[in-house]
Amino acid sequence: MRNIMAFIVGGLFGAGLLISGMTNTLKVQGWLDIFGDWDPTLAFVMGGAILPMAVAWRFVEGRKPVLRDHFDAAPDPKVGRKLVVGSVLFGIGWGLAGLCPGPALASLSFGGFGGIVFLIAMLSGMLWAPKLRTALD
Amino acid sequence: MPIDWIMGLLGGLLIGAAGAVFLLVNGRVMGASGIIGGLVDRSGLGNWPEKAALIAGLIIVPAIMTLAMGIKPTYLTDNLLVVAIAGIFVGVGTRIANGCTSGHGVCGISRLSLRGIVATVFYIGAGGLTVMLFKHVLGII
Repeated sequence: MRNIMAFIVGGLFGAGLLISGMTNTLKVQGWLDIFGDWDPTLAFVMGGAILPMAVAWRFVEGRKPVLRDHFDAAPDPKVGRKLVVGSVLFGIGWGLAGLCPGPALASLSFGGFGGIVFLIAMLSGMLWAPKLRTALD
Repeated sequence: MPIDWIMGLLGGLLIGAAGAVFLLVNGRVMGASGIIGGLVDRSGLGNWPEKAALIAGLIIVPAIMTLAMGIKPTYLTDNLLVVAIAGIFVGVGTRIANGCTSGHGVCGISRLSLRGIVATVFYIGAGGLTVMLFKHVLGII
């Protein structure tokens, strides 16, 4: 049952990314193009996504999920080097191509050869990340 | 209000609804990089069927939608070297930072997590500087 729900969640996520224009790399790069022809669409997407999530977080305290006996533990709240270095590296790649992990998968069926190259490169980066993570500790 | 902004808001609400269902029903945080990366580096194989099902939905539903409504081009650059370097940076960076736009951005900011807010400031800042440098100064993208 949890797997069926996960499939539905992935589907809603993908539909949202497609409808909002976030699989269009030019819209993402337009949002980041503060010194050029700035496109604020991504702020509407973020705002729209944060609203239901903010409501959902209010139901977590003192309760259990419907299909599981506990919620994921809250991550270590430490703001450290890995968070900053990782986010900067991610931002550079995000700016260069206009793709992040969700849209890279959502656009796999229609993103052409370049989309597949991006995905393979991203998966390789994810495979190497644990070594770099240890180096930053 | 431009139609793109309205579609952005509607799509965003769907993304947030997906995250809300995953949290309240499955008890998990919907972070794309964590879900994919946990399978790639085998650190998150414990619930691999759930992760695989989410990834399947994330690929299949947009595929069906574009078949039904027509392709929405991604306009990804033709420069495959740039694409490959960008992909490596996104993969490495999101896993070192332990989150991307969905995990830190949507799920983190909505719970007022300092980590989520700091990460989002840094990846948007770095992305903005990258676009400025590579588009307006170097003219590569």
